[in-house]
Amino acid sequence: MTPVPTGRPAEIEAVPVRHPGRWVAGAVVLLLVTIAVHSVATNPRFGWGTFGDFFFDRRILHGVVVTIELTVISMVIGIILGVLLAVMRLSPNPLVAASSWTYVWLFRGTPVLVQILFWSFISALYPRISFGVPFGGPELLHGNANAVITPFVAAILALGLNEGAYMAEIVRAGIISVDEGQTEAAHALGMTRLQTMRRIVLPQAMRVIIPPTGNETISMLKTTSLVSVIAYSELLYSAQLIYSVNYRQIPLLLVASAWYLIMTTVLSIGQYYIERRYSRGASRNLPDTPLQRLRRTVFSFRHASVPGASGEGR
Amino acid sequence: MNNDTMVCAEEVRKSFGRLEVLRGISLEVRPSEVLCLLGPSGSGKSTFLRCINHLETIDGGRLYVDGELVGYRQSGDKLYELRDSEVARKRAEIGMVFQRFNLFPHMTALENVAEAPVRVGGQHRNEARTAARELLGMVGLADKENVYPAQLSGGQQQRVAIARALAMKPKLMLFDEPTSALDPELVGEVLDVMRRLAQEGMTMIVVTHEVGFAREVADTAVFMDRGVVVESGTPAELFAAPRHERTRAFLSKVL
Repeated sequence: MTPVPTGRPAEIEAVPVRHPGRWVAGAVVLLLVTIAVHSVATNPRFGWGTFGDFFFDRRILHGVVVTIELTVISMVIGIILGVLLAVMRLSPNPLVAASSWTYVWLFRGTPVLVQILFWSFISALYPRISFGVPFGGPELLHGNANAVITPFVAAILALGLNEGAYMAEIVRAGIISVDEGQTEAAHALGMTRLQTMRRIVLPQAMRVIIPPTGNETISMLKTTSLVSVIAYSELLYSAQLIYSVNYRQIPLLLVASAWYLIMTTVLSIGQYYIERRYSRGASRNLPDTPLQRLRRTVFSFRHASVPGASGEGR
Repeated sequence: MNNDTMVCAEEVRKSFGRLEVLRGISLEVRPSEVLCLLGPSGSGKSTFLRCINHLETIDGGRLYVDGELVGYRQSGDKLYELRDSEVARKRAEIGMVFQRFNLFPHMTALENVAEAPVRVGGQHRNEARTAARELLGMVGLADKENVYPAQLSGGQQQRVAIARALAMKPKLMLFDEPTSALDPELVGEVLDVMRRLAQEGMTMIVVTHEVGFAREVADTAVFMDRGVVVESGTPAELFAAPRHERTRAFLSKVL
């Protein structure tokens, strides 16, 4: 080792390690993808023409809107119910806590498809629905169950009540994750249990609650397709209605799948940015967004092609 | 019980399961007195402190703050538990500072200080923020009002925590090892604030290992071990001439 006269060691200019294995693996993947794409594009049975004809069909678009409606309303019900159930579960009153536990046990323990069917057949159980004083007291409101519980209401009830059970567990995990010292500090300042929950614990629990809630929303979007069994015209059922007439099942299922993919992709992107926002305060350095990463990769490639520069994209 | 006491403990007992943590603690704190609780870990000093604002319930004996029972109401010879809201109202009159600061991480320093006066004290938001600004200035953090706790040093966080406790204008301040989680060079700034508070006449109970602080600021030093008060007196008496072997043994290790 000869010391550099300036007193500062020279910049490192090393030959990077070669990775022939990576090139081989890349070539194999590329080949397989080419085969798959070629097969999908040239197999006439996929019916890409029909796919194009129906992609923006009025009935399909209506199904997309209904699917979004079902997802949003069910998630809102699920989240409100979940917070309520989670707070109940942590109540010092054993009866309140037990009723929350029982709810979760029942709605998480039976398939959501069965629950959807149950709600749609509710009129067999209670032909007349009324609100009033129980045990023979006066009635305030009443109606025929078949008129009140439309397929839409049955779908919302089934999906929302089922989601509430899952959200309850997510919210509970979030609440438990908040340090006990926070509750103590709030109590020591004279805040009541309710104030402490609302002002101190829940806002901090959000960081733990948000990511799985995003997953639940994406999952809900796909679960709405189960509502097709009670003949409610969401996206899948709309596609089914069309192919029951023209018998082009494959292209129409592809149309539905493509729309589901588009919607889940949009939700995933939204989820990414919401999570990033809520990780503020937890970590000082935020990870790059995909766009920033792409820009940096391109930049570093350009750099690597300059002779003498060393540096390989991570 | 003397009416001129801020805190009065009579034979206070407390167990966690089968472990008896407090085995009959009796002591008195007069208004404007600074009392330092010393003793080895596990001696029950922190537990006793937490009993004073009812974060822990006591199993036996009586505990009074400003002449009123802590956590209960006595009618005849019967005790009635206080409601959640009544307990909360009494806690609001007692400030507490924790070993691990326990600042609210989702709020700025100013919001931390102004939260309780608005939510608990019913103060107007702007009024509370003005008062909070003044308190932050008093602990030397006027320039940090919009900073989140994670961006503050331990010493700064603990000073915000003291300001937060003072915002409710407490008649009594409890300090639970306020400097134990701090880097050595940050201990001084927190002790300075506490010293100033003592000079202004605040009644304080301080659980601490800072013998220097106790010697200088405390009116009374109490040595606890295994759930009992071994001895108490002025710091001069206790540190210079401990009467009990256990006190001597402890002091020889920390001095």
